[in-house]
Amino acid sequence: MTDHTNKLNSFRRHKQKEEMKHQVITFALMIIFTLIAFLVVAAGMDKTYVIPVILTLAVVQVGFQFYYFMHMKDKGHEVIAALIYGGIWIAIITILTFTTIIWW
Amino acid sequence: MSIASTQNKGFGAILWDYLTTVDHKKIGNMYIAAGAFFFILGGIEALIIRIQLMAPENDFISAGLYNEMITMHGTTMIFLAATPILVGFMNAIMPLQIGARDVAFPFLNSLGFWLFLFGGIMLNLSWFLGGAPDAGWTAYTPLSTQSPGHGVDFYVMGLQLSGAGTLMGGINFLVTIVTMRAPGMTYMRMPLFTWTTFVASILILFAFPALTVGLFLLMFDRMFGSAFFDVALGGNSVIWQHLFWIFGHPEVYILILPAFGIFSEIFPVFAKKRLFGYSSMVFATFMIAFLGFMVWAHHMFTVGLGPVANAIFAVATMAIAVPTGIKIFNWLATMWGGSIRINSAMLWSLAFIPSFTIGGMTGVMLAASTADFQYHDTYFVVAHFHYVIVGGVVFGILAGLHYWWPKLFGKVLHEGMGKIAFWLFFIGFHLTFFIQHFLGLMGMPRRYWVFLENQGLDTGNLVSTIGAFLMALGSIVFVINVVYTTMKGEKASADPWGTGRTLEWAISSPAPEYNFKQLPLVRGLDPLWIEKMDGNVKMTPAEPLNDIHMPNGSILPLIMTIGFFIASLGFIYQVDSKAWLIVLYAGMAIALGCMLIRSLKDDHGFHIHKEDLEREAD
Amino acid sequence: MSQDHSLNPESFPQDPAKATQEGKHKYIGLWFFLGGETVLFACLFATYLALHQSTAGGPSSQDLFGLELVFIMTILLLTSSLTSVYAIYHMKNNNFKKMQLWFGITALLGIAFLACEIYEFAHYIHEYEFTFRSSAFGSAFYTLVGFHGGHVVFGLSWLIALMVRNAKRGLSLYNAPKYNTFAIYWHFIDVVWVFIFTVVYLMGMVS
Repeated sequence: MTDHTNKLNSFRRHKQKEEMKHQVITFALMIIFTLIAFLVVAAGMDKTYVIPVILTLAVVQVGFQFYYFMHMKDKGHEVIAALIYGGIWIAIITILTFTTIIWW
Repeated sequence: MSIASTQNKGFGAILWDYLTTVDHKKIGNMYIAAGAFFFILGGIEALIIRIQLMAPENDFISAGLYNEMITMHGTTMIFLAATPILVGFMNAIMPLQIGARDVAFPFLNSLGFWLFLFGGIMLNLSWFLGGAPDAGWTAYTPLSTQSPGHGVDFYVMGLQLSGAGTLMGGINFLVTIVTMRAPGMTYMRMPLFTWTTFVASILILFAFPALTVGLFLLMFDRMFGSAFFDVALGGNSVIWQHLFWIFGHPEVYILILPAFGIFSEIFPVFAKKRLFGYSSMVFATFMIAFLGFMVWAHHMFTVGLGPVANAIFAVATMAIAVPTGIKIFNWLATMWGGSIRINSAMLWSLAFIPSFTIGGMTGVMLAASTADFQYHDTYFVVAHFHYVIVGGVVFGILAGLHYWWPKLFGKVLHEGMGKIAFWLFFIGFHLTFFIQHFLGLMGMPRRYWVFLENQGLDTGNLVSTIGAFLMALGSIVFVINVVYTTMKGEKASADPWGTGRTLEWAISSPAPEYNFKQLPLVRGLDPLWIEKMDGNVKMTPAEPLNDIHMPNGSILPLIMTIGFFIASLGFIYQVDSKAWLIVLYAGMAIALGCMLIRSLKDDHGFHIHKEDLEREAD
Repeated sequence: MSQDHSLNPESFPQDPAKATQEGKHKYIGLWFFLGGETVLFACLFATYLALHQSTAGGPSSQDLFGLELVFIMTILLLTSSLTSVYAIYHMKNNNFKKMQLWFGITALLGIAFLACEIYEFAHYIHEYEFTFRSSAFGSAFYTLVGFHGGHVVFGLSWLIALMVRNAKRGLSLYNAPKYNTFAIYWHFIDVVWVFIFTVVYLMGMVS
């Protein structure tokens, strides 16, 4: 198996290594964000402060997932990105309605 | 191969061929055939409704049966007739228009069809198993959660199945258009029908999940005792209305956009002139789709969402009139100065413009949220949406059937009968629905099974019923036309209209199994027309003649669907007796087993060899 | 085009998952499907947000949720996302054994996550008598989190089937897209979980 991998173009291997490094950094950041979110809640701070913070952290973390882990930053993902953002847009207006005009 | 093999096959072989096919053209034809069947079913239900409302205090059918009729009429027409026929066109025509040999996922395509068909069968099975759903096609809670018997359960499971099928179709078309366009077919060279297929598929992708969730919640409430819509346990019935209309309004555009696409194909061909304002048409299509997703609450103005929400949704709704207007003017301008040929396809298209515009105008009236309190749930609304759905979608389907019949079935429909059918249906349509505007303004509520004498509603309702019978007559003439053409019609040439502009007219009618022997080189918008103007007999090939890779047929989609169908019955009846859980698990096991086989068994398809292709005539 | 999809180092493409036409279709199709899934989960989140205070006198989110277990579950799922990235990294290097190994770890982490979730649900049901039928909040909570759990179950079955099927055959252009689409799907499950732990659990504990 190893001699197979060794024969691969070294430039490509180098690039993939580089990319892998980015992925690990991404992961580390995601763990840190998660930790912050949990700590902020555990600290029992005021909710008008906590909720925007943890929501922002979630959005940033999901952005990392999409762009690095799922490679949306790569070339050839334009249509894909457009449709994902379309879905996100519908998601936002749906959640907005359900939190504002579902009355009691 | 296609011609020779169909002639020599027995009935069993042909049946097996259709049950296992993954060919987009055959699947498209099956969609159209099944859709037509459900259209007739829905039409009969409509006639029964109109007979009941023919005279005041009529007792043709009971109130309960009337509720079942209106529910099944609406549900059948939207989910089982209009949508599948349009999906059938998309399937059969769109790959030809972009110069592709099939859709991206042939297996999934077949699965989508069978899911739709069995969903439709499931829904109609309810007639024989204790009564059809009776909570209206919108199935508003708590009416639908309280509805006794299993009717609404069939509604839930039937729509869940067919909705899943439609979603698969949508994703399939999107991937096909993104990845499989012929060399030179840039986005801005795609025919308008392909564009509207693309945009309608985006709407399917984003709208159907909302229905899926809504149906799941309703299913959990009815079958598993959850409390989403149970106010006693804190539930909220407005949630259903939102979920239903987040799906339901885009669904209207899922229907009308492909119809717009069909008209945009027909006008240029029969006016012998390129489509006026191509790019503005594409832009308008996207605008309609974008706005179409932000207007759903206009169905809910009287729920009490508050003035701010009502105002936002009212303005957004009115804004849709702008891109729609762009389209209307573009069609008129396409015909302006063209050398117009009027045949059945063109008649339906011409009739569409004023009919649909009337529906659009009443739409703007209904969008005025304050005025809507007056119109809401009256026959004015019934008249409005029939003008849009029949005057837009059904006219579009009939125009498309006349226009593409040669490409789908290899024969041209009989012109004389086509025209008779058109005039009967057209006059019947306006007789039925125009007067309903006034019935509504006079205060006749929708969904009531009787009305009283001497309230000024008698004549109007009688006229409406007469119109409905004219529409039925028109439909019968169309069916006779189909039968006659199939028996007697001459074989159509590749381009029977003589002025075909798009790629589907470059290949024989009906299209061969592999569509294009060699993928065509596209040099601009209306590629076939460009070649014609340059004096070429046929498209310039973009590749040398080579072996063509084809997907294998498979019976798995059908078995998988039957598995889900059995499981759905298990879901419905496990409420009565836990023994039905066995049926549920068995059905699921069949379906999941098929998925596993599909996933684990290698399927590389087969090749049609170069030598066989060379032997075959063009 | 030949039927031989096996790989050797000389002909090894840069991205084996997208080297064939079918592979490209699968890749784009799965992404579009995820666009639809976004709306599906949005509707479930929206329903949950509309009903999360409708406890009908039963236990509320503050009574139920605890931080520790959710934190462990989050770390498990996030880590499984990274291990699947490692697996795809080895796929691109044509190292099948390492790819299987990392996917194996991904599956184990997924199973651990699922075990925690089952424990959590059982805990709520036995300790608090908080069920799917208790209140609108209960229905919405179990449906949202349960749909996510269902996705995890489906993903795990998919992955295990793939790994068992191809264990002896090695990597080819025929199965590489299957692994890759699984990885994308698995990341998406993680994305949904990020919002679940934020919106359901963390926000449920503050408000």
